[in-house]
Parts: sequence; C-alpha cells; structure tokens
Amino acid sequence: MAHPVLTLDNAVVRYDRLTAVDNISLELRRGETLGLIGESGCGKSSIARAIVGLQPLAEGTLAVEGETLKDASRQRRLILQRRIQLLFQDPVASLSPRLTVRALLSEPLKIRNAFTAENWGRIVALAESIGLGEQLLSRYPHQLSGGQARRVALIRVLAAEPSIIVADEPTAGLDISVQGDLLNLLRALKDHLGLSYLLISHNLNVIGRVADRVAVMYLGRIVESGPTAALFRGPAHPYTQALLSANLTLDPSRRHERIVLSGELPSPAHPPAGCRFHSRCPLVQPKCATEAPALRTDEDGRAVACHFPLAARPAVIPQAIAG
Amino acid sequence: MTQALLAIEDLHVSYRGHDSTAHILDGVDITIGRGQSVGLVGESGSGKSTVAFALLGLLGDNAEVSTRRAAFDGRETSLGMDEATALRGTDIAMIFQDPMTALNPMFTIGTQLVDIQRRRFPRQSRRSLWARAETMLADVGVPDVAARMHRYPHEFSGGMRQRVVIAMALLVEPKLLIADEPTTALDATIEAQVVEVLDRLRQRTSASMLVVSHSMGLIAELCDSVIVMYAGTVVEHGPVHVVFSRPRHPYTRALLACEIDPYAAFDLSQDLATIPGTVPDPAFRPQGCIFASRCPARHDRCSERPPRRQTGEGRTYSCWQEAA
Ligand SMILES: Nc1ncnc2c1ncn2[C@@H]1O[C@H](COP(=O)(O)OP(=O)(O)OP(=O)(O)O)[C@@H](O)[C@H]1O
Ligand SMILES: Nc1ncnc2c1ncn2[C@@H]1O[C@H](COP(=O)(O)OP(=O)(O)O)[C@@H](O)[C@H]1O
Ligand code: SF4
Ligand code: SF4
Ligand SMILES: [Mg+2]
Ligand SMILES: [Mg+2]
Repeated sequence: MAHPVLTLDNAVVRYDRLTAVDNISLELRRGETLGLIGESGCGKSSIARAIVGLQPLAEGTLAVEGETLKDASRQRRLILQRRIQLLFQDPVASLSPRLTVRALLSEPLKIRNAFTAENWGRIVALAESIGLGEQLLSRYPHQLSGGQARRVALIRVLAAEPSIIVADEPTAGLDISVQGDLLNLLRALKDHLGLSYLLISHNLNVIGRVADRVAVMYLGRIVESGPTAALFRGPAHPYTQALLSANLTLDPSRRHERIVLSGELPSPAHPPAGCRFHSRCPLVQPKCATEAPALRTDEDGRAVACHFPLAARPAVIPQAIAG
Repeated sequence: MTQALLAIEDLHVSYRGHDSTAHILDGVDITIGRGQSVGLVGESGSGKSTVAFALLGLLGDNAEVSTRRAAFDGRETSLGMDEATALRGTDIAMIFQDPMTALNPMFTIGTQLVDIQRRRFPRQSRRSLWARAETMLADVGVPDVAARMHRYPHEFSGGMRQRVVIAMALLVEPKLLIADEPTTALDATIEAQVVEVLDRLRQRTSASMLVVSHSMGLIAELCDSVIVMYAGTVVEHGPVHVVFSRPRHPYTRALLACEIDPYAAFDLSQDLATIPGTVPDPAFRPQGCIFASRCPARHDRCSERPPRRQTGEGRTYSCWQEAA
C-alpha cells in the first residue's frame, strides 16, 4: 500500500508544566478528510500546530509521504514542511486591504521566488475554476463579496502547492449558508488538486457530513477513531457516545438519548490515573481507575481505547454513505 | 389570554451616515408571553443583535429608534435610552456571546456576583448576597462553589465562565432574560450543559427568554416560538415545531435546507446547500419583497411589498406566495 500522506507517530507536545498531546499516532491517507473532535482544551490545536511546524514535538515523529522530517536535511525538511499548510480560522482577515487581488495572489509566489509565468498561469486558472474571473484581479478586498474574499484567501494558501491542509475550526462563527459554500469549495479543491485535509471542528454536523474518517480526542489522547458513518452511528467509546449525544438537533426524537457529562475536562497537568475518562465516565468500573486501556484497532479500521467498549452495535448504514 | 410581558409593534432602527441612512430594522413586531421563550434566527446582519440591544437601550447615540407601540410588563415605554437603562440589570438581564465581556478580570467571581445584586436588593447585607450568589452558582452547575467564589474569571474554563454569567443574570431575578448567541463560543459538550441549565431554569422560574442565535438546533431545544428575521424584517413567526417542520417563507425554507444532518443518507460528493447571493445592504433596501434577489420562487408581484399571511397554527409569514 502507498504511504499515508502524513504520519504522526507517538507524538508528544509539551508546554512547560503540562503534556497537551500525550503519545498520539495519526495517519492521513491521500485524498481523505480526517476529522478531529473533542472537548475544548483536549489538545486538537496543539496537534495542528505541531503538524504545521509551529510547535516542536517533544517526542515522536512526523512523516510526510513516508519521509520522516527529523531525519531529513534542513533544506529537505523545509520542502516537506511546505507541503503542509494551515488554513486560518478567519482567512479573510489575513488579506491586506491595500493590495489588489492580483498582488494578493502573486505575493506568496514572490515570497518564495517562484513567480514564473507557469506558476502564475496555474494560480489564475485555479482562481478561474472556483469562480474568481480575471476581471476581479484589479479589485481590492473591500470590493469583493465575502465569498470572493474567501476564495482569494484559500488560493493564497494553495500557492505553496501543499498536499496537506490543516484546517482548525475553519467554519467557526460562519453563517450556515457561508459554511456550506466554504465546505463545498474545500471539497472541490481537494478533488481538483488531490489534497488531504485534517479538519478540526466543534461542529459535529460538519464533521459528520464531510469527514471520511474521524479521530476522537480526550485529554491529550485518541480514544476512538474510525470511518465517520460507522463511528457516528455506533460509537464504541463512552466518551464518543456522550460527545455525539450532546449535539443539538432539530429532531426532537433524538434529544432523549442525551448524555450530559458532568464537570469539566480535568487539567492535562494532572491527568487522572488509569483511564483518563474515568472521572466522568457513566460506565466506569473499578479496573478503570488503575489500568490505562490501550488503543486497539479491529479489522474494519475502527480503534477504541476502553476496557469495556460499547457493544459494537450492528450499524445500519444507508447505502449512499457506505458506498 | 393574559397580557404579554413584552409587546413591541413596528420597531424601526436606523443609523444616519454621512451620505445615506441605513435602515437596520424595518417594522419588527415582537411579543413575548410571560414564562415564554422566543428565538430570533437569521443570517448575520439580519438585525438580531440590534433587536436585543434596542430592548436593552444599548444602541449607540447615533441610532434612531421608533415604535408604534412598546409595552413591557404592563407599562408603555418608548425604548428610549433612559427607560431601557433603568430596566437593564433589574427587569431585563443579558447573557452575551463572550462571557469575558460581562466579567471584570480584576475582581473575584464572588465580589462580582455580590455587586450585581446591589441595585436590585439595596437593603440586604453583603453576607446574605454572598450566600445567594453561592446558591445560584451551585444551581447552574458550578462544582466546588465555596472555593470558586474566591477565584478570578481567568481561572475558569469557557463553559464555567458562561455559567457564572448565567448565574449573574439570574441573581437579579429578571422578568426577561436575553441571551445573544449564548453558546457559540462553547464546544458541543459544554453547550449541552448550558442548554440543560437554561432549560431547567426555565421550568423553575417564570422568567421569559429571548434567545438570539443562528443555531437552529439551539432555538429548537430552548424555545416555544421563533421569529425568523431577514434584512431587518420579520419574514416568518410562529411556534417552533410549526415553523421548523413546515416552513412557509422561502427564506425560512432556504435556511433550514442548509442545516446539516449527519445521520441522514447523503452522498459525500454532493454539494451542501447554500443560499446564493447576499443580504441586501441596509443603506439600499430594495422596494418590494426584501428577499426577492435571492428567492427561488420570485415572480412579478414580488416587486411590491408582500402581504402578511396567517396559517391558523399561530404562524404568520410575509410572502406573495400562498401556502403551498
Ligand atoms: N502555549 C501554551 N502554553 C501552555 N499551555 C498551553 C499552550 N497552548 C495550549 N495549552 C494547553 O494545552 C491544552 C490543549 O490545548 P489546545 O489549544 O491544543 O486545545 P484544543 O483541543 O485545540 O481546544 P479548543 O477546542 O478550545 O480549541 C490545554 O490545556 C491548553 O490550556
Ligand atoms: N452602530 C452601527 N452603525 C451602523 N450600522 C450598524 C451598527 N450596528 C449594526 N449595524 C448594522 O446593522 C445590521 C444588523 O446588525 P446586527 O443587529 O448585528 O445583526 P445580527 O445580530 O443579526 O448579525 C448590519 O448590517 C450591521 O452592519
Ligand atoms: S475504560 Fe472504563 S472509564 Fe474508561 S471509557 Fe472505558 S468504561 Fe469508561
Ligand atoms: S414575496 Fe416573492 S420574492 Fe418574496 S419571498 Fe415571497 S415569493 Fe419570494
Ligand atoms: Mg483549538
Ligand atoms: Mg449578532
């Protein structure tokens, strides 16, 4: 099998007194969208920052297309790191109001001395393909609609020719219609350019709708991962079950199943012994307080870290999703 | 029917600019019954927060406010700054999107929870106000209250801070609680906790609620009725279950169509629904139906202002289209 486009192996991220990411392994496959979910403070953004190179890994390795960054030469490392780009939460805010669209789109190429006729032609064609015609090139950001400005910001990220995009809460605070537009755009670009996405979001509807696979984090660890449809319909970890049940819904019949977790996420500076979720787990057993469950993967690609996983319910998955 | 707590007819708010006047609210009607919870939804810029700020007298000096009629708790009011300021903090309390805006980083939570009650209960001792605050904090689900009262806002997580703000709002025993995007800054787990707290309080107290949000899920869970706003007007209004299960206005339909249901059967390669176009600039409001430029059902008549229709289920909507 081909290498995953990105591999994170036993990664640890530490801030002076706490371990925000504690021994996490992740694989991003080519062309897929991997969703990362979990409570505020569980370490999602810390992983994102480590992957894009904004935060050093205290332990563990990061590999791009099978090449471990740590082992690569300095120059090679820069090239590999450039393949991973971070999509900011409010990309439009990063557009300088004094530059025209033409200048905004050529800037990233000029910065890395790559402004050639060929590269520029590629950018213009890419812009055109997502509805930014040449007539917009001489405009300033305030003369663009919100949707057009979003497209400009995205193309700037793509100018580095990344193969991996890390998007941390890209839809937070957006109107539902604008959110749809952004997600459609991301998917179109992914198909067109063969990108892979790591998508972090608190919006479970978004993750459930656009991610191929999902990884669920709790207090610095991955507690469950698997194909989205199967994981949403039949969560195996009690935390995943509670998290998914918390999602607000228009469907009154689904509200009865809500499991509201009491208390807060414990501090990563003092994680509970044994299973880290045991202080809040509705299904806790004596063993959970002393022994940490290992993350075990089954043949369907589902992994769970729990001594007493929820009985794998036969998930009824509509054909369209499974397909 | 008993008299509503709040009844406002034909609310207009505009801001005068140097060369034009932006008409932000154009004839908004709002009625909130006692103990009722009303939701206000619509895309950003539709005027939801402006409605909330008008009720609180928090609009800027350059805002021009007018109503045909406005009554709160049986008294006529003009929504003028002075009256609204008088109501704020006693009869009307507000929960903001970002809890930090309501909290002072320099003082402990306990001190702030005591101070907020001073105007409402001027004769009570600090000790009894402190005790009330402790009880209320515990009520909204803050653990370890006695110790937490001595902590500063930055020592709380986002969700706990929002609970403190809710406790703060409830301590003055308001008749109306306005919550503007109360959970947008929170993750799903904490959002569910906050919804549970608000829901519990709603059943226990007789306070009315106005919940402003663009989350349809939040409104569906917390409210009895919903007002759908578009570009400063009310396009549809009615009981939540009626409006959400059988929307009549093309805008309400478009908005609901954008909602994602991750449990439905779908095709990953299919586009998500959007509403093409943008909300009109309030400085240049079109004649006729305000939604016409984006409406898939637009026809000739839509160049005239549409009539308000009733469907007999307690719902009204403004559109030339007959109920389909
Ligand atoms: N620069 C830093 N210094 C010290 N601690 C930090 C730093 N950045 C993050 N942390 C801590 O690390 C943990 C994980 O934080 P992180 O930002 O990765 O969470 P997250 O999952 O992205 O949360 P959210 O959903 O709120 O964005 C938290 O306890 C946080 O307080
Ligand atoms: N102080 C102000 N001066 C001028 N325009 C304003 C002011 N405050 C809000 N607006 C405009 O009023 C409209 C409605 O805004 P708002 O009530 O915040 O909408 P919502 O809360 O529904 O997103 C927007 O077009 C906004 O730009
Ligand atoms: S190991 Fe025990 S405490 Fe941890 S999730 Fe499983 S049942 Fe709950
Ligand atoms: S009045 Fe016409 S344009 Fe307006 S919502 Fe109805 S059908 Fe659409
Ligand atoms: Mg984060
Ligand atoms: Mg607002």
